[in-house]
Amino acid sequence: MTLDQIAVGQEVKIVKVGGEGELRCRLLDMGLIPKTVVKVQKAAPMGDPIEIHLRGYELTIRKEDAGKIEVVF
Amino acid sequence: MRYALVGNQNCGKTTLFNQLTGSNQHVGNFPGVTVDSKTGEIRGERGDCVVDLPGIYSIRPYTNEELVTRRFILKEHPDGIINIVDATNIERNLYLTLQLLEMHIPMVLALNMMDEVRSNGGTIDIGKMEEALGIPVVAISAVKNEGIEDLIHVIKDVSQRRIYPKVMDFCEKGAVHRCIHAVSHQVEDHAERIGISPRFAATKIVEGDHDIIENLHLSENELDLMEHSIVEMEKDSGMDRNAALADMRYDFIERVCRQAVIKCLESREHRRSVRIDHVLTGKYLAIPSFLLIMLLVFWLTFGVIGTFLSDLLSMAIDWMAAAAERALVEYGINPVVKSLVIDGIFTGVGSVLSFLPIIVVLFFFLSILEDSGYMARIAFVMDRPLRKIGLSGKSFVAMLIGFGCSVPAVMATRTLSSERDRKMTILLIPFISCSAKIPIYALFTAAFFREYQALVMMGLYVLGILVGILSAVILNRTMFHGKPMPFVMELPNYRFPSAKSVLLLMWDKAKDFVQRAFTVIFIATLLIWFLQSFDSRLNVVTDSGDSLLAMVGKLIAPVFAPLGFGDWRAATALISGFSAKEAVVSTLGVLTGTSMSSLGETLGEIFTPIAAVSYLVFTLLYTPCVAAVATIKREMGSLWKTVCIVCMQCGAAWIVAFLIYHAGRMFL
Repeated sequence: MTLDQIAVGQEVKIVKVGGEGELRCRLLDMGLIPKTVVKVQKAAPMGDPIEIHLRGYELTIRKEDAGKIEVVF
Repeated sequence: MRYALVGNQNCGKTTLFNQLTGSNQHVGNFPGVTVDSKTGEIRGERGDCVVDLPGIYSIRPYTNEELVTRRFILKEHPDGIINIVDATNIERNLYLTLQLLEMHIPMVLALNMMDEVRSNGGTIDIGKMEEALGIPVVAISAVKNEGIEDLIHVIKDVSQRRIYPKVMDFCEKGAVHRCIHAVSHQVEDHAERIGISPRFAATKIVEGDHDIIENLHLSENELDLMEHSIVEMEKDSGMDRNAALADMRYDFIERVCRQAVIKCLESREHRRSVRIDHVLTGKYLAIPSFLLIMLLVFWLTFGVIGTFLSDLLSMAIDWMAAAAERALVEYGINPVVKSLVIDGIFTGVGSVLSFLPIIVVLFFFLSILEDSGYMARIAFVMDRPLRKIGLSGKSFVAMLIGFGCSVPAVMATRTLSSERDRKMTILLIPFISCSAKIPIYALFTAAFFREYQALVMMGLYVLGILVGILSAVILNRTMFHGKPMPFVMELPNYRFPSAKSVLLLMWDKAKDFVQRAFTVIFIATLLIWFLQSFDSRLNVVTDSGDSLLAMVGKLIAPVFAPLGFGDWRAATALISGFSAKEAVVSTLGVLTGTSMSSLGETLGEIFTPIAAVSYLVFTLLYTPCVAAVATIKREMGSLWKTVCIVCMQCGAAWIVAFLIYHAGRMFL
């Protein structure tokens, strides 16, 4: 399953961070690495991007990019 | 001594910088990029200065901010680094800290917002933190000015005694450890030759950082050997190189935090943010509240405070001009010199200064929006619609300001995090109809379309936006082809902006505008004055139709014939509109020799209604005024690009006006 498919309010654990280049490095730098627990907080009014909670702070990413992050419950 | 101030975005770095330096700041640009470089002398410490580096999350070679930071630390060799971290969000903040430690420069960790951690029942064991990181740690509160003296004392001490970080090994025994140590061993000589720490060089090689690898001048053979150990590590750890290093750092941070940090429960500040966000980023309320906030900012800036201050200022200038005129007349000075002083210099200065109150007031509100954390929410809410034209949410604010005035709008693009977005937004802003064009619209719509006045005005605004969107789409496919910056953005808790930061930013922007734009605008207004006052034999003109300006107008008038207004007076008014858009109206008045009240009727002799529409469209889209051009040049950092923008606007204006004129003639 990927992070963009997770419903608002649910908590998941990251398995793998896909994507490439700058985007992937950014995600890793911001603490989105395997084993990290992430909670989907909300979606923007037009459905995209989404707001997630991890490591005690809030981050927003686009759905397209969230689709590259594999997660499990 | 010179210290570098480094930290994440939203960690209170600017507030700390302002506390450290007071108002002894010097704002400049880092060479070659539009990233602010702020330097200031530390209060009470003569000769000790601190450089405020941009807010970054990691030392990578992607954004200008990251490049500037690392170049400064590696090439300028600061005596010490003050690394400010947000104690309420310590895990992610320490990620940058670990990379800074690897650079092996005397360093102090400033734990900001410790008061917030404590008041929510959490705590951080400073002693354990110091032991784990191998550097001194000082708890501070930048907003409340607590712990700053202590911080200055400690950074002075470690820098003077050259006390280097004691811990640089963040890897537990295993594949990553073996790899980094093998590479650092191999690269040692090369790294020392160019004066960087071998450990830093090694991690950057593992991360595949081309900038550093090139500088190290490694042989093919050495690179192969290193690549071999990296591939080995990837195989053994089951992760690729980038993930393995990020994992190593966060692993170390988690261990440190387990020992030294007692996390608080959900903080009051966070709960408050969530409540505010229910409204401001809520599904139904987000966009209405955004529009309401922007409307309020607009109304206050352009309607209430800005106009009041502008009026006050112009009264003061008029009074001074009148006094100067009396004095000059009494002295019996040559009338040409008098005209130079009154019509040239005072009008020139006046036109520059009339922008100032608006800029100051607008930046007051903008810095509140930025510092409170709302700007990040705007980017979050507006990202989707703007992504379609290749921009991101934050550009929206700058474009909205463009409806008021292009000058602060262009200045506001500084808050955009990517150079590409910044340049593209600057290109689009002049298409958005600024408030100085309203007198032109008012004059023409009253003269030609009395019944449809509002409709025509509305149409012009919409047309400007449409042409803007169209050029964005075209630019996105051509000049700015390529991927926009990834949108991975932190949403910080809402905070009260510090009054000091807001005031200092206003002061900066005002100073910046007056200093940089003054010269260009001043010279341009003098030039226009010269062209208006003299004829080709340099005699003072009595009939404005004989002036050099009118000659130029007559010369270029044929260019506008296909647009329906080949009259030289129309063309001349367009030229004078370059100094300020309002001047189009007054020039038309002077050249037709009619008073403002009967100007509408006279225009009927020069323009047909369709030609009037065409003229309005042209004034809507053609070159921005000299103040805006000067600002664009400053923000683009290139005269050539600025000239291109001006030509592009004029070209687009001509084409659109041409199409509308001929389409109009066909149907009406």
